[in-house]
Amino acid sequence: MSIDKETARKVAKLARIKVEDDALDALASEFNAILGFVEQLNEVDVDGVEPMTSVTPMRLKRREDVVTDGDQQTKVLANAPDARNGFFAVPKVVE
Amino acid sequence: MLDLTYETPKPKVIQGATGDWELVIGLEVHAQVASNAKLFSGASTEFGAEPNAQVAFVDAAMPGMLPVINEGCIALAVKTGLGLKAQINLTSAFDRKNYFYPDLPQGYQISQLYHPIVGEGEVLVDMEPGVARLVRIERIHLEQDAGKSIHDMDPNMSFVDLNRTGVALMEIVSRPDIRGPEEAAAYVVKLRQILRYLGTCDGNMQNGNLRADVNVSVCRPGDYEKYQASQDFSHLGTRCEIKNMNSMRFIQQAIDFEAKRQIALLEDGKTVDQETRLYDPDKGETRSMRSKEEAHDYRYFPCPDLLPLEIEQGWVDDIAATLPELPDAKKARFVADYGMTEYDAGVLTAELDSAVFFENVAQGRDGKLAANWVINELFGRLNKDDHPIDASPISAGQLGQIIDLLSDDTISGKIAKDVFEIAYTTGRDPAEIVETEGMKQVTDTGAIEAAVDQVMADNPDQVAKAKENPKLAGWFVGQVMKATGGKANPKAVNQLIAKKLGR
Repeated sequence: MSIDKETARKVAKLARIKVEDDALDALASEFNAILGFVEQLNEVDVDGVEPMTSVTPMRLKRREDVVTDGDQQTKVLANAPDARNGFFAVPKVVE
Repeated sequence: MLDLTYETPKPKVIQGATGDWELVIGLEVHAQVASNAKLFSGASTEFGAEPNAQVAFVDAAMPGMLPVINEGCIALAVKTGLGLKAQINLTSAFDRKNYFYPDLPQGYQISQLYHPIVGEGEVLVDMEPGVARLVRIERIHLEQDAGKSIHDMDPNMSFVDLNRTGVALMEIVSRPDIRGPEEAAAYVVKLRQILRYLGTCDGNMQNGNLRADVNVSVCRPGDYEKYQASQDFSHLGTRCEIKNMNSMRFIQQAIDFEAKRQIALLEDGKTVDQETRLYDPDKGETRSMRSKEEAHDYRYFPCPDLLPLEIEQGWVDDIAATLPELPDAKKARFVADYGMTEYDAGVLTAELDSAVFFENVAQGRDGKLAANWVINELFGRLNKDDHPIDASPISAGQLGQIIDLLSDDTISGKIAKDVFEIAYTTGRDPAEIVETEGMKQVTDTGAIEAAVDQVMADNPDQVAKAKENPKLAGWFVGQVMKATGGKANPKAVNQLIAKKLGR
């Protein structure tokens, strides 16, 4: 798999990271180096091996269906750059 | 369980300039799980709270917070799967669906793309008595809901409320087995009914607790049968997805518009682009949501915060043991046990509360008579006042009393309706109303005969005419009923008049 300049631009946009046009070629080649390194894993034969999901034999932790949290509007909004009337206020986003 | 047999409805056909077209429709219904707390946090799911008052730090995606799954939500999803006769997957897993939007603080939605908790099931969609479509369910997965953005409080800002963020949703995905706008709406109605019977979703569409994405494509007659035979989608047209609809009426209108739009494109030699569209009910049209297209690259990957979800067959069996009687079974039983029509059984089982009310009325009484009274008198009256059945001013026991008084000839059918109206408006007991208001039927032949004689003596001309023309006897019946305040036993009146007119 090879990453070209356009793919690098798209990935940056999807991740909401601003990358100037003249930096894209370098970014693409770094991507390719990383992917090339990871692709070494393809050399391992994993036929018949179950995918490992955890290094410890644990069961997914569960909660009971009981309300134990919330009621902390002030704390939730404390770090918001802008909050009004109990809402987060963000630049207008409309379809 | 008794099975009613069904015929399959005909697909909707739209006539184009170049021939007939058929519709192929599949739905993704998002149903809010009726849990107390959210899917991965202990914050409340209750509707209508102050903004951001029901937000745990994990819902707000504060750094270092980890999701812990709510077992109640798992149980409700399993129960829903069982209610749709679906396969329950003992191992399922959660994935991250990545996209940016202000009401999604995590930057991803936790969902189940690769290993959903529920697999294939089915819904029988009733169209009319004896006609129904069996719609296959492809899967049901658990996922988080997003928050709510409000755009009209400020000209330059959007306001975000995270109370809904992280509430559990079941996404119920159907196969493309639905063949017209009416079927699509009927499918949502039936699914909603089953969910409400199960108690796994309250089905409140106004609050957005049940909403649907609709996939629509068009094809030529015969193509759909080829798809069904091979399950090869290349026989079908390109589909468009209409997002986020929460009204049966809009679903039908949107599908109708969208099908015609696609047909016009194809007949013009153009192609349909696979895309997401939005229905605008004011303009009655769908339009492209181009902005969503690029964001559709969701880059799914397994959620590293959550181990696979493993459940035990024994636990599933315990949930299966709690399943209530579901709409199809209840309807079939009403037809079999009470001798009512399938149509009436459908009306009485539409809501669980109505079915329970009816059975309380019918207990130990004539089922058909009880059905008539509940459907025609009570539902008619409740509709007029816009009351739901659980706000009925007359109880099942009181309605039963009226039927008893009618059955043992204490009151006539006409008087029974008057008694019903008094009981409905005042809450008084029917037996007491009949006693106090002197509404008992007169069965004493002597008293009725006296009334008949009086009417005949007052109207000798009519008597002469009626002897010539027997059809006029009805006029006397009316006069006698009037003279007795409607309380005379109609059968006795008829007999006496016939006798006295010499027939």
